Amino acid sequence: MTGTLPTTVTQELGPDALLTAYRTMRTVREFEERVHKEFAGGDIPGFVHLYAGEEASAAGVCMHLDDRDAIASTHRGHGHCIAKGVDVGGMMAEIYGKATGSCKGKGGSMHIADLSKGMLGANGIVGGGPPLICGRALAAKQQGSGGVAVAFFGDGASNQGTTLESLNLASIWNLPAIFVAENNGYAETTSSTWSVATDDIADRAAAFGMPGVIVDGFDFFAVHEAAGEAVARAREGGGPTLIEVKFTRYFGHFEGDQQLYRGDEVAHARENLDCLKRFRTRVTEAGQLTNEQLDGVDTEVAEFIDQAVTEAKAAPKPGPDQLLTDVYVAY
Amino acid sequence: MARSITYREAINEALEQEMERDPRVIVMGEDNAGGEGSPGEMDAWGGVLGVTKGLYGKFPGRVMDTPISESAFIGAAIGAATGGLRPVAELMFIDFMGVCFDQIFNQAAKFRYMFGGKAVTPVVIRTMWGAGLRAAAQHSQSLLPVFTHIPGLKVAAPSNAYDAKGLMISAIRDDDPVIFAEHKLLYDTAAEVPQESYTIPFGEANIVREGSDVTIVAIGRMVGMAAQAADELAGSGIQAEIIDPRTTSPLDTDTILESVENTGRLVVVDESNPRCSLACDIGAMVAQEAFGSLRAPIRMVTGPHTPVPFSDALEDLFIPDAAKIAGAVKKAVDYGG
Repeated sequence: MTGTLPTTVTQELGPDALLTAYRTMRTVREFEERVHKEFAGGDIPGFVHLYAGEEASAAGVCMHLDDRDAIASTHRGHGHCIAKGVDVGGMMAEIYGKATGSCKGKGGSMHIADLSKGMLGANGIVGGGPPLICGRALAAKQQGSGGVAVAFFGDGASNQGTTLESLNLASIWNLPAIFVAENNGYAETTSSTWSVATDDIADRAAAFGMPGVIVDGFDFFAVHEAAGEAVARAREGGGPTLIEVKFTRYFGHFEGDQQLYRGDEVAHARENLDCLKRFRTRVTEAGQLTNEQLDGVDTEVAEFIDQAVTEAKAAPKPGPDQLLTDVYVAY
Repeated sequence: MARSITYREAINEALEQEMERDPRVIVMGEDNAGGEGSPGEMDAWGGVLGVTKGLYGKFPGRVMDTPISESAFIGAAIGAATGGLRPVAELMFIDFMGVCFDQIFNQAAKFRYMFGGKAVTPVVIRTMWGAGLRAAAQHSQSLLPVFTHIPGLKVAAPSNAYDAKGLMISAIRDDDPVIFAEHKLLYDTAAEVPQESYTIPFGEANIVREGSDVTIVAIGRMVGMAAQAADELAGSGIQAEIIDPRTTSPLDTDTILESVENTGRLVVVDESNPRCSLACDIGAMVAQEAFGSLRAPIRMVTGPHTPVPFSDALEDLFIPDAAKIAGAVKKAVDYGG
């Protein structure tokens, strides 16, 4: 599964871009580890699904995107939000159900969105995002903006009719869409080796007349390269791509999951495959960044997330008047 | 100069005028042009009942045939609406919402609230509803109560060609998701419809006929049935007031309540199945808000609690008609007397 990539790929990213990539992944990791801890302490309400372990996917894809582009996410959406530039303080406040949250406390972890950033929302419905992304890609095409749209979805959603229909529609309409199947091995407790009829989700691309690629999701550079090709093809009018990103999630399906269905893959992945560790090894050995630079990012990010938590805890909850607002633009 | 066109032509004209006015308006649906990828002519159908016929040639690239893949293209219309377009998507029969309901009620309807007021989703989903075409159980339902139930959606159900045009133009200009329910038995009915563009505001009922003895609230095709009943009742000296809400969400409760306060009696006519129906909803609202004005129990005239049958002998029994409405009115008027 380990990708071997030409060194030219690393060379294409200068030190600033590499630091940005690392900061994004580190921010997601710190965010998720902290939410895990705070949830265990009983301070966070509702259902929370953590993205730790999968950071290279969001970061590797979203580095190619700009303000013209839109993404749709999943119930495991914090990483996609951060990588697409959603305000991290607002996200944390949203998870706490506070009035200062990204969605005024009305959405929560499963519905964090910021349309001004092209982030169409985490989504509580498995397979909810791909049709919407066809629409965003259609809008970009009609408007001639050069924009692309990316649907992140999991191995579970890869079996949903909405996803399969969207692959077909994107292909026949030749849409600037990218479908990123994040295969973390489990749909809740059910293994993708059992639930997905093909060997790989990427195999399904052939059925819809589009390129399908498999990448090692622990390798930022592998994701970055595959996404770069797909985004470039989409922007040039070459149509959609299906990218399967394979990795393992570090936590349970949701917080509170005892994970009795799992083997010992998490310990192995954290030790040997982890995207942050591999990134660090690669860029320091190539002499592109120093350990001191990366340690500096770690410290900054830890302080940043700590501040976000402190502010979220201190923020007010939405007032009663907020119950009835924001249902319609006008009614 | 008076000009009479059909309900079908009125909707087509509304679409054409709005597409002319606003380049963000696009039309998509199964066979909306008709013929995509086929060896013969494009625009072969203009939708299964010809409502979008002729738009394909007038607006290149903006009238799109879709595969029979409702979740994908209804979802795409919704997504495109968040991205700056104003799509009008056709869900051929309202019965087919079962295959794409998630995109409508969990996605489009909830974006604005879930996202703290930051989403705008100006999509119109046109769909054909109602019984009477011998189309049987999966092509004949009402289901308006299902959509009306959902916060975040608006629901329009025009009863005549004039309203169809004005409501469609309002729907396209509306920034919220709209379910635009076109009754399949009204497409060939004609009315005077101005050539120029006009809007009919949502949430503003039409008092179709004034009367002092009973209020009949009727929706869609049932407005015409109620008018027939009112003609018959007039012969018996009963003056019925008919109110057509035109949109069920928002609902013009004020007009209904004012009327019941004058007449003291309410008959609600809705071809939906009876449980949790618009008839129940409007009846309950009046019972709660105008109980003191009522001189008789509220009567509901609806389809029965069955699927819509195929055989004409049964379907005609399913659908409320003028006789049933008149019977309900007489019960209300005779109550206590």
